Amino acid sequence: MAGIEVTALHKRYPDGTVAVEHVDLSIADGELFVMLGPSGCGKTTTLRAIAGLERQTTGDIRIGATLVNELPPAERDIAMVFQFYALYPHLRTRDNLAFPLRAEGLPKAEVRERVDEAARLMRLAPLLNRRPRQLSGGEQQRVALARALVRRPRAFLMDEPLTNLDAELRADMRTEIKHLQGELGTTMVYVTHDQVEAMSLGHRIAILNKGRVEQIGTPLEVYDRPASLFCAAFIGSPPMNLIEVEVADGNLCGQGGLTLTAPPGLPRDRRLVAGVRPEALEVAEPGAEHSVPARVVSAEWLGDEIIYVVDHGGRRDVRVRMPSTVRFAADAKVGLRHSGGAPAVYDVGTEELVA
Amino acid sequence: MAVSVNEAVSPGPVRDHPPPARRRSGRGRTVLEVALLTVLAVVMLFPVLWMIETSIKENRDVYAVPAKFFDFKVTLDHYRDVFVASGGGRSTLSVSFLNSVIVAGVSTVLATVLGVPAAWAYSRFAVRAKKDQLFFILSTRFMPPVVVVIPIFLMYRQVGLIDNALGLILIYTAFNVPFTIWMMKGFVDEVPAEYEDAAMLDGYTRLQAFRKFTLPLLVPGIAATAVFALIFSWNEFVFAIFLTSSDDVRTAPPAIAGLIGGTTVDWGLVAASSVVFALPVLVFAYLVRKHLVAGVTLGAVRR
Repeated sequence: MAGIEVTALHKRYPDGTVAVEHVDLSIADGELFVMLGPSGCGKTTTLRAIAGLERQTTGDIRIGATLVNELPPAERDIAMVFQFYALYPHLRTRDNLAFPLRAEGLPKAEVRERVDEAARLMRLAPLLNRRPRQLSGGEQQRVALARALVRRPRAFLMDEPLTNLDAELRADMRTEIKHLQGELGTTMVYVTHDQVEAMSLGHRIAILNKGRVEQIGTPLEVYDRPASLFCAAFIGSPPMNLIEVEVADGNLCGQGGLTLTAPPGLPRDRRLVAGVRPEALEVAEPGAEHSVPARVVSAEWLGDEIIYVVDHGGRRDVRVRMPSTVRFAADAKVGLRHSGGAPAVYDVGTEELVA
Repeated sequence: MAVSVNEAVSPGPVRDHPPPARRRSGRGRTVLEVALLTVLAVVMLFPVLWMIETSIKENRDVYAVPAKFFDFKVTLDHYRDVFVASGGGRSTLSVSFLNSVIVAGVSTVLATVLGVPAAWAYSRFAVRAKKDQLFFILSTRFMPPVVVVIPIFLMYRQVGLIDNALGLILIYTAFNVPFTIWMMKGFVDEVPAEYEDAAMLDGYTRLQAFRKFTLPLLVPGIAATAVFALIFSWNEFVFAIFLTSSDDVRTAPPAIAGLIGGTTVDWGLVAASSVVFALPVLVFAYLVRKHLVAGVTLGAVRR
């Protein structure tokens, strides 16, 4: 087991595309580290560079104390799980699991022992004699995980391993992966574009955009104080409302008169945007205390909650999360008010968090 | 998902009966359809049938007026003449057939050996100006080959490749490699790159990973591509007639054409040699027909 250290990683392809602009990561030993970002943000390239499947243009990668820049994938002592499972189609489950061990040249008895152990851990015993095409998607993914386990690697690299599973199975596998990682205590780097996966799995999350790290933090940090406008718009479903505000009388004022508590230490001379979570807003009867007039554009009833989209201050897309007991019809006139603490505030120019 | 190219071929459940709506539209239509198809079949197959008939007729029946369709004596003399010279020993035609086999076979193997790895590389790696390179490769097939016959002839004369089997092999390979690269790239694209990634993590080099995991999955595609290349080389006439002159080097198409043009034409021999010439490709294409369909329809359906 080992931590992973990525320093000033830069990857430029021969055709001129820059996949990774500049990435620094410091992943602790035993950590479940998630790289999250939209497609094309460089997360997969970074992972493949760690695996050794891509050679970075510049920058260093260390696994444990070893500088692995020059090492081929097989000598980095890591295991990877792919989105398309990549089980060898002509081999039975048992042989798929044994394959990396035989490639290493382990004695037969030990191969058998390790395969049985991995099969027990992933509950694969009934599937050992089947070929990949006789397995369902979820079963294939479990075999792929088991194949990563048998190597007892220093780190697991997961490249969107759950993307091809249906929603229900994905939730189950998520739990299973998290449990497994905790049990084994092996460092895991997990790449996904699904924020639910990232939030529920990660000890820490790195949000990547356009080949750069926008923010690294625990799920709570990332949710509560997104480090940039990009993170603010990316995390959360629905994401934060980004409301242009001005500082007035120690408060933040939006265009339609919505007043928010101002955090301390705001710069005076810059254009600011407040990031307000939908749950930090409330719709109420029109004219309620501290509220400003607004109109309901639509209501998305999700069972346990309602997402109201309201028209306020020249915008028709302010989203408010309310308990499902609070009912307003579409087009109803309502009052909108802020109910949370001081919001995160961003500079419009630099797009970064200022307070 | 493991993709075997064979799966792409299966046409799904085949309907045994026409849909009810079609059937209700009446017997008249069916009769019309059958009649029309029969006429078409006769028109299209007549030359082939006539070729086969001529090849087994005696010479005086060949020239009989009115033509004899059924009432003639069957002889295999013409087929014997294709392979055996009149004085005994091998005929020049049989030498041509052997030349065709060698030239078409070797050029197909070369095109495959060169084209498949190239297709793999274009599919897997980020190559500088990849699209431009692929377009350039394809562009060599834009013009009709006959356009370059004279320049090739002049160049070959300089380097002594005129009337040389190697010359034909090289030119056919050059024409087949672009085709092989394009067709194979489609097949390689369909095989997930993750197999190779996984194999590399398991300790194989990139090339070993390709050979052990990707190549076996490409076999149907290689078969389809090779058949198309083989058919091109086998049938090629223009370069063969310009670049070869002696009976020892000449391939079958110009040799068969050369049978016509003397004072008398032995039509039976022409027909028999044409049948012999057509058979191998027909048989081969029939054997790999499943893969051929895969090759033609590949990429039509997205996963």
